[in-house]
Amino acid sequence: MAGENPASTTEYIQHHLTNLVYGNHPENGWGFAHGAQEAAEMGFMAIHVDSMAWSIGLGILFCWIFRSAAKRATTGVPSGMLNFVELIVEFIDGAVKDSFHGSNKMVAPLALTIFVWIFLMNFMDLLPVDLIPELLMMAGVNYQKIVPSTDPNITLGMALGVFILMLYYSIKIKGTGFIAELTMHPFNHWGFIPINLFMETVGLLAKPFSLGLRLFGNMYAGEMIFILIATMFAAGAGAGIIGGGLHAQIFGEHTSALFWLVIFILVCGVCGLNLKGKISTGKTVLLCMVFMALGGGLTALGGGLMQWGWAVFHILVITLQAFIFMVLTVVYLSMAHEDH
Amino acid sequence: MNINLTLFGQMVTFAFFVWFCMKFVWPVIIEAMEERQKKIADGLDAADRALRDLELAQNKATDQMKEAKQEAAGIIDQANKRANQIIDEAKQQASVEGDRLKAAAQADIEQEINRAKEELRATVAGLALAGAEKVLEASIDDKANRALVDKLAAQL
Repeated sequence: MAGENPASTTEYIQHHLTNLVYGNHPENGWGFAHGAQEAAEMGFMAIHVDSMAWSIGLGILFCWIFRSAAKRATTGVPSGMLNFVELIVEFIDGAVKDSFHGSNKMVAPLALTIFVWIFLMNFMDLLPVDLIPELLMMAGVNYQKIVPSTDPNITLGMALGVFILMLYYSIKIKGTGFIAELTMHPFNHWGFIPINLFMETVGLLAKPFSLGLRLFGNMYAGEMIFILIATMFAAGAGAGIIGGGLHAQIFGEHTSALFWLVIFILVCGVCGLNLKGKISTGKTVLLCMVFMALGGGLTALGGGLMQWGWAVFHILVITLQAFIFMVLTVVYLSMAHEDH
Repeated sequence: MNINLTLFGQMVTFAFFVWFCMKFVWPVIIEAMEERQKKIADGLDAADRALRDLELAQNKATDQMKEAKQEAAGIIDQANKRANQIIDEAKQQASVEGDRLKAAAQADIEQEINRAKEELRATVAGLALAGAEKVLEASIDDKANRALVDKLAAQL
């Protein structure tokens, strides 16, 4: 958490946007980067450990969920998790059948992987921005970006994977027709070959880049808004009217993460009691607000409400972005399969 | 924001997960779903067929019931007719028998009367003769008188 002055707020935001980088520094050799500048100096020979770890972890989670569902797949009455998994599978199957007309056993599983995996990666955006980085900071890990899809390496990596598939199937299915498509289109005359080639190549390259950058841009902007709202919590620590001033007295200007953990547990407890039917929904909302106000003052309360509001809206964004990435992949592959 | 090895790391990971999904997830689930779809379709078909069968059976049952009712009505009619016939026959027989019995009884009575008359005649003739014998106290030619008395008795 940052203090109130603008410099530390900027620091806070920058800190949140820095990956945990492991790479070859020209001076220090292989090791973790200390700060964004060192990471930049590492150049290409570096890897974003946090992005990779979260993306692989979420990929394994996807595989595990769907594999365990597949193991339990019966032709009888499905139940529980299997129902949910089948819902997704059927949805993907429908979407693929709508836009892909060739016969390729790879496209549907590819679409499923893309949709669920990207959704899970995007979903990390809904976790409180400070929760995991702060906890890991306590464990000694200085930088942590938990949303892999806010890392252009991740999104462009997937887009490049799709691009390679596009090229592979274009060449496999169209053969020389693919070259003809690049050179004799849109102006069907040998004199226009250079112009055609230029236009078609740009068009071809634009596909994976737009695919990867669209997802990256949306998620990056979304996370940025979460971070900006989160700075209000910190501001609340100093400027809070009710509780903010109080715990500023106790903890000093820097709000302790442990303090927020207590508030978090209290809020979870109240919500849990509500779910069990012990207290009314109105009281739950009121109590949660009181806890938030106690935690960080009125500004933090406002910040919390805004976080919540943006998170609700963001659910739509993350699903939509995962869906768009999937549909465009299917469409591009479908275009690669169409022989004129 | 740097492009680095993560790019290739993600590509490899991507390829691996797609392969995993292709091999172990998608075919299994889709197969199960398609099979279930078929099963459900078959089940619905069977239900339809069963419904049609039921309708047919119901129609058949209704027809049979109607037939049975008709048959029963026919049988009852026949039975009634037969019963009437039997009653008529019985009545006829009874009246014939009655007539016969009446005739026999009449004959018996006639016979009885005749016999009683014979007896009476004999007794009266005897009594008259005895009375006359006593009255006359004379020996009268029994033969000549008997003829006379018999003539008298025949007038009774």
